[in-house]
Amino acid sequence: MAPKLPPQPPLEHSSAATAGGAAAHHAPPRGMLRWLLTTNHKEIGSLYLIFSLIMFFIGGIFAMVVRAELFQPGLQLVNPDFFNQMTTMHGLIMVFGAVMPGFVGLANWMVPLQIGAPDMALPRLNNFSFWLLPIAFLLLLSTLLMPGGGPDFGWTFYAPLSTTYAPPSTTFFILSLHMAGISSILGAINIIATILNLRAPGMRLMDMPLFVWTWLITAFLLIAVMPVLAGVITMMLMDINFGTSFFNAAGGGDPVLFQHLFWFFGHPEVYIMILPAFGIVSAIIPTFARKPLFGYASMVYATASIALLSFLVWAHHMFAVGLPLVAELFFMYTTMLIAVPTGVKVFNWITTLFRGSISFEPPMLFALAFVVLFTIGGFSGLMLAIAPADFQYHDTYFVVAHFHYVLVPGAVFAIMAGVYYWLPKWTGHYPNVRLSQWHFWLSVIGVNLTFFPMHFSGLAGMPRRIPDYALQFADFNLVSSLGAFLFGASQLVFVAVVVLCVRGGEKAPAKAWDGAEDLEWSVPSPAPLHTFDTPPTFSPHVH
Amino acid sequence: MRTLLVWMAGCCILAGLSPLALANGWNMPVGVTDLSREIFSLHMTIFWICVAIGVVVFGVMFYSLFRFRRSRGAKADNFHEHTTVEVLWTAIPLLILVGMAVPATATLVQMYDASDAELDVMITGQQWRWRYEYLGEDVAFTSNLSTPRAQVRGEEARGEHYLLEVDEPLVLPTDRKVRFLMTSDDVLHSWWVPDLAVKQDTIPGFINENWVNISEPGIYRGQCAELCGINHGFMPVVVHAMEGEEFDDWLAERKEAAAEEALGVDRDWELDELMERGEAVYSSICASCHQPEGQGAPPAFPSLAGNERLIGDVEWHVQTIINGVSGTAMPSFRNTLNPVEIAAVATFTRNAWGNDTGDVVQPSDVAEQLAQ
Repeated sequence: MAPKLPPQPPLEHSSAATAGGAAAHHAPPRGMLRWLLTTNHKEIGSLYLIFSLIMFFIGGIFAMVVRAELFQPGLQLVNPDFFNQMTTMHGLIMVFGAVMPGFVGLANWMVPLQIGAPDMALPRLNNFSFWLLPIAFLLLLSTLLMPGGGPDFGWTFYAPLSTTYAPPSTTFFILSLHMAGISSILGAINIIATILNLRAPGMRLMDMPLFVWTWLITAFLLIAVMPVLAGVITMMLMDINFGTSFFNAAGGGDPVLFQHLFWFFGHPEVYIMILPAFGIVSAIIPTFARKPLFGYASMVYATASIALLSFLVWAHHMFAVGLPLVAELFFMYTTMLIAVPTGVKVFNWITTLFRGSISFEPPMLFALAFVVLFTIGGFSGLMLAIAPADFQYHDTYFVVAHFHYVLVPGAVFAIMAGVYYWLPKWTGHYPNVRLSQWHFWLSVIGVNLTFFPMHFSGLAGMPRRIPDYALQFADFNLVSSLGAFLFGASQLVFVAVVVLCVRGGEKAPAKAWDGAEDLEWSVPSPAPLHTFDTPPTFSPHVH
Repeated sequence: MRTLLVWMAGCCILAGLSPLALANGWNMPVGVTDLSREIFSLHMTIFWICVAIGVVVFGVMFYSLFRFRRSRGAKADNFHEHTTVEVLWTAIPLLILVGMAVPATATLVQMYDASDAELDVMITGQQWRWRYEYLGEDVAFTSNLSTPRAQVRGEEARGEHYLLEVDEPLVLPTDRKVRFLMTSDDVLHSWWVPDLAVKQDTIPGFINENWVNISEPGIYRGQCAELCGINHGFMPVVVHAMEGEEFDDWLAERKEAAAEEALGVDRDWELDELMERGEAVYSSICASCHQPEGQGAPPAFPSLAGNERLIGDVEWHVQTIINGVSGTAMPSFRNTLNPVEIAAVATFTRNAWGNDTGDVVQPSDVAEQLAQ
């Protein structure tokens, strides 16, 4: 049976895309101006990744302040209000400043390379999406210096603590979140336009690498939910500045409405931070098992099912707000269902390993740790889905342990795995193996020391977001803090690896890993500024 | 990959230690109600199911990593699809989930049945204390953290119940169904006692329902579980469960005291007795925002010491305590404090920290303003 081909992207699309880039110019501007004006997907990708790394360290410093205060009972270093600002800013910066831009940076670099496109479909929009971010986050960070301090109501900013009772800087917080949201929506539009229009001739949707697939689905999630976030923060803005009462019970408003709206955004947001991670791991495991990914089609369907289900589970964050019994049961069942497609993914990765020829290069180490530790986060997620038990888990350190397991050794490890995997393509050099291994093992030990004891402190009764705690939680917190300091410090090794790799190291060939199959490995290492000026010939390999 | 083996060994040791982790203080408490015991057993069931799945999944994974290493000369196979296997590992988890949903549903239905309660207690969250009202019994009081600030600052040794102790615990009878009606005066709070397996958000403008039937007398401690501002970590819940008769005696005693207090509204009070009473009210209600020395924490919490407006205008001062200030963190104390308490705290703040106005606000005047 002849394969059914989609209409080929017309060639003028590709050349139009490069027209905005340096191809139309003779020489790119120099110095800072070059980075400010660049429309090249590789340069913008690098900007996103550097921005993400800086935010990772700023958010990390906030986490260190939190862990230092919690090192032992009592108030030693900061006052409770500043503590609340630190937990809030840590969450906001990590979610919107580190993890999301990290994945967008990888998408910028790798999606065009993986589909054989010369650049993103909308290069100038791409530049605009990025430069919104530094402005948004400078504004967000500046709130810490304003009278009354920065946001201190948790990254979930529940009303009315974030409206009637919020510090005056909250309006700036709303503006900065609006800007980050616009950046995400524009970035998502760009990614969808690129994937749907600029694939190499002959590459069908079901031939795309999984990183491209997961990003396509993630981009649709972003377009669907970022406007909901924009809506809810605009309602806050009105409540704070224009006398409305959307969330103010005294004026006939509804504080629970805030949570419904927030989590209708917030739960898909969680998957926005993990679906691209699935894509990265699905690229790395087959490469180092030297065996095609098991169940390609089921991986795609599982990703799509997770994305669809993500719109139907939001109220599992709200089991304790007093939902009616029927709603409670509905959201319990839908939440448990998510375990099925997620399980399929884990089984597929493990079956890919089975009877492979496995080696343990740094990207593979991170990908394997991802599979194990993300699965542990999945288990605690399943426990949290059981509504009656959730009344005991809710808002405790058990939840903190759960979401850090899926976000740190989940999303963050996947980004690091991706960086180690593609650094040879970006720089032309392999990252230093010995240092990379140090980074890996210190991170794995640090992350587990930090977050594993939190399961116990949560079950034993320690609530989240408290600056001081009862004496029975002291040992767990001591271990968590030591682990956090270790994890924080070991990220300096990561910076060293990246800097050394940019400056030199063992030269990498075009196909830097012997088991790697996708199109990005057909261009030279380091990838020249312009690739695929003419579309490559693509022949579907096994899928 | 010797390091990998070390890692595997580490995981095995962790898995072996996990039963130890179920010892007291590491796990969810079994609790003292039928529901808390049911929730505990649900929790343990799902935990062991996860452990079992984990052993199988990680077992296959680590076996593959060990057995199919390239350094051992493993040659890669090329299989990449198997419909039967894929259908199986979709269907089997689905069945396990259904198996877990059944008992969870049954427990949840029970938790939602607050009917036929013998006692109703209204629980109101306030920044940063709990107010308990025994509905229909004319007994109500607030419950504040009683741990001295010096312990928080590390200036004196921390006690056994550091941060989990209050001036007045909620007293409940054992072996009777008690219904809670829960709301909040300001932001969201969440009333949580692990041993009772009750965690319920208190939400301004909403009344949530929950219930307990405690089977053992004792003192059970918990905390506010929903971020509610600066002192969220300093808002404990303490429940003192006593047997039925003892509880009835306690309630009767409290009713009598409340009635006596109501009589006090009509008589004239001396400055000294109002100051004494006012200081107690101030330190339990006002000091968390306006600070122990009345210095406040501007801009959110204005200072009271030397506050011109307060010193100059008695009526405005009392009205502010009664009605609060809309759009700010100052709540209305109309339903929280009785006329004696309002008069006492007004007198106290008008005469403490150099405010020295010499004013005496009489409870009868306050009662009049309350009636308007």
